[in-house]
Amino acid sequence: MSRSDVLVDAEWVEAHGGDPGVVLVEVDEDTSAYDKGHIRNAVKIDWKTDLQDPVRRDFVDKAGFEALLSERGIANDDTVILYGGNNNWFAAYAYWYFRLYGHNNVKLLDGGRKKWELESRELVTEVPQRARTSYHAQEQDQSIRAFRDEVVAAIGNDNLVDVRSPDEFAGRLLAPAHLPQEQAQRGGHVPTAKNVPWSKAADEDGTFKSDEALRALYGDEAGLDFSKDTIAYCRIGERSAHTWFVLHELLGQPNVKNYDGSWTEYGSLVGVPIELGDAK
Amino acid sequence: MTADGCGAPAGGAPVSAATDAGAQAVVQGKVTRDGSAVAVGYARLLNSGGDFVAEVPLGEDGGFRFFAAPGSWTLRVLAPGNVRAERVVSADTGKITELEVAV
Repeated sequence: MSRSDVLVDAEWVEAHGGDPGVVLVEVDEDTSAYDKGHIRNAVKIDWKTDLQDPVRRDFVDKAGFEALLSERGIANDDTVILYGGNNNWFAAYAYWYFRLYGHNNVKLLDGGRKKWELESRELVTEVPQRARTSYHAQEQDQSIRAFRDEVVAAIGNDNLVDVRSPDEFAGRLLAPAHLPQEQAQRGGHVPTAKNVPWSKAADEDGTFKSDEALRALYGDEAGLDFSKDTIAYCRIGERSAHTWFVLHELLGQPNVKNYDGSWTEYGSLVGVPIELGDAK
Repeated sequence: MTADGCGAPAGGAPVSAATDAGAQAVVQGKVTRDGSAVAVGYARLLNSGGDFVAEVPLGEDGGFRFFAAPGSWTLRVLAPGNVRAERVVSADTGKITELEVAV
């Protein structure tokens, strides 16, 4: 897999964003950002109300994903270009969903909304009208989703990557620093996990670092063994979807899973091992 | 803001009791240019080692807010036109640290 299979740049979006068979989708952390201005022809997916089950702690199921994409006018053979704020954090999360439900023709706009805005490119408020489709999703691809028992089994055996900030990893903070520290679970990390904050994979403009720099970051610096399977986690599985994208889609690592239960689940489990303190 | 969410609105999530930081170590402020709010741009929080910790888009009023841990932080502002500005700030539990960043 090469970068051009999974990433497009702003010039490509300006040239092809309105082409038939191409659908731009904004997925933002700040879900009101789209309403204030978005890339021409882009539709919106709300990471929370559209992608999460409203009652259980889980995703929308297959039927829910089909209903969402059909309603947004996205067809099975469309090329979906996702972008969003904060280094594509939520766009990468949505990317993982699309792949989970078998939509393989999906890419990220490198740099996302931030780079686009900082370059003063066009944003419009006009909402595109797309005809309804009959989208058919595949069963969830469990090869890219990890559950809690797999995480416990991976301790000391496979790569565990904790992609939260060093303060969250050490147990000093329970949530990212731009959010209130209101969680009630235990702090710390899964024993033997390496701490590679997700944001290290991106440059300041939100674009992904080069393959060489990424390999050095996860391999030489963090000590991941690329011959082993890998599970990435964060607090609720979104930042780790960004790292999953880096390891699985950019670096082509074969067995990488995102643990979407992440620290909010693990840090509330009874009896599992927890380690405190900074990365060694 | 709900317990399971990672989403923060532009400008940062609200402090629940407007003027009371409670157990939080809040760093907040505004970005201005010639006295007017800079509404398009990003505020980034870096730790004392210079590593990125969090980022929010600026609010309509140029505002930003972070819930940090006590200690020293660097706030970096990015705005269109290659605008960059940096301030070192210290956060304390139970306090709201205010700063205005003119670019």
